[in-house]
Amino acid sequence: MLQTTLKKKLKFFDLDISFSCPEDKMLVLIGPSGGGKTTIIRMLAGLETPDEGKIVFHNQVWFDSTRHINLPTRKRGIGYVFQDYTLFPHLNLYKNAAFAAVDKKEVHFLFELFNIGHLRDRKPHMVSGGERQRCAICQALARRPQLLLLDEPLSALDVVTRRELRQELKNLKKKLSIPIIYVTHDINEAFFLADEILPVVDGKEDKDWMQRTYRRGPSSEKIHKATREPRLALVG
Amino acid sequence: MDYLALWVTLKLAVITTVILIILAAPLAYVLAYSRFPGKSFLEALIYLPMALPPTVIGFYLIMVMGPRGWIGSSWLALTGNSLLFTFVGIAIASIIYSIPFAVQPMKAAFQKIDRRLLENASVLGLSQSAAFIRVVIPNSIAGLVAAAVLVFLHSIGAFGILLMVGGSIPGVTKVASIAIYEAVETMNYRAAGLIALSFIPISYAFLLLMNKLNGDSENNASNHT
Repeated sequence: MLQTTLKKKLKFFDLDISFSCPEDKMLVLIGPSGGGKTTIIRMLAGLETPDEGKIVFHNQVWFDSTRHINLPTRKRGIGYVFQDYTLFPHLNLYKNAAFAAVDKKEVHFLFELFNIGHLRDRKPHMVSGGERQRCAICQALARRPQLLLLDEPLSALDVVTRRELRQELKNLKKKLSIPIIYVTHDINEAFFLADEILPVVDGKEDKDWMQRTYRRGPSSEKIHKATREPRLALVG
Repeated sequence: MDYLALWVTLKLAVITTVILIILAAPLAYVLAYSRFPGKSFLEALIYLPMALPPTVIGFYLIMVMGPRGWIGSSWLALTGNSLLFTFVGIAIASIIYSIPFAVQPMKAAFQKIDRRLLENASVLGLSQSAAFIRVVIPNSIAGLVAAAVLVFLHSIGAFGILLMVGGSIPGVTKVASIAIYEAVETMNYRAAGLIALSFIPISYAFLLLMNKLNGDSENNASNHT
């Protein structure tokens, strides 16, 4: 179980949010771009430091501002799939996925699961965006993470690949017994994948955001901003 | 032809290059990625040999490497020998003289690496030093080789600083540039010309290598975008 309370002063708003995510569940953080979702997930990973707050995972304190605890990223045992492909360009796909693998045999299994076994010897720049992102997911899973963070992993992909990979992620979710935090601004993606949904607007939980976005009745600047973003996604 | 001087030059340049690449890589990494108070002062200090006349560096090296200097006296206590007028002495001088030519291109190469790769390395459990070895170095090979070429070429061309620190002892501290100078002084233009000529293909080949590396790294960069 992940439990967290995060506060951070950002350029345009103050992020202030609390949530938890049980084992076996996928919590989807949804909201307009620039609303603080990526900052939240980066704080969970330890790549950014909250001004105040607490992150506790399985009774292990990762961050506590009052006790000045801040566990380094490398010790958090997480898997993180970034929005844009962060595979190591000097390594082929297999070596990328096996980079931090606990058991290298698992990489073969993961490659078969994600249908990229035939590309194992190719360098990242020699494969498509979808194949790179599949490899990034394999890389994250091969280290057997205790928490999986996915930051808009499908946003840079074409609609067809996106749907395929979305299904693969859903299948994968059933096989994993760890909490998964998934960031997206795509409402369909959220409904398709989520066990729980947390709408985030301007750094705060906004339970009505999705309803307002679906109705597309922009009556405030906030809603207008929200409806501008996921148009493409809504027709997916 | 003074093959001995050429041999000393080659030996000095190779040793300087190998030691500097090893020493300068972590230094350049720190300069590329860390923020700490006084960083700009440290950086300016590292680049100082590039801005000073070689004789000025030579003068200060004589001061610290001489029997009364702190390095020279420690060396004397340790080995019983003077550091001045020895090969070790000119190697130290050559390393200090070429430091900026190693650090600057390496720092530039390290800065070109996408920071997200380092974040990914840290997410995957790598410490900073492990990320340096497994991610930074393999993705900066062209920059490292360019630094090595620059240092090598700079070292074979050193003159004033080596003359001040090492003098001109054949087979020990007399490098090719000093041999050329001495040959000209004694009006032996043929000997000077032969040694001078031997520099041209070496320098030219290394510059071709550097151009090729720059071209390759540009191609790689365009492949990744």
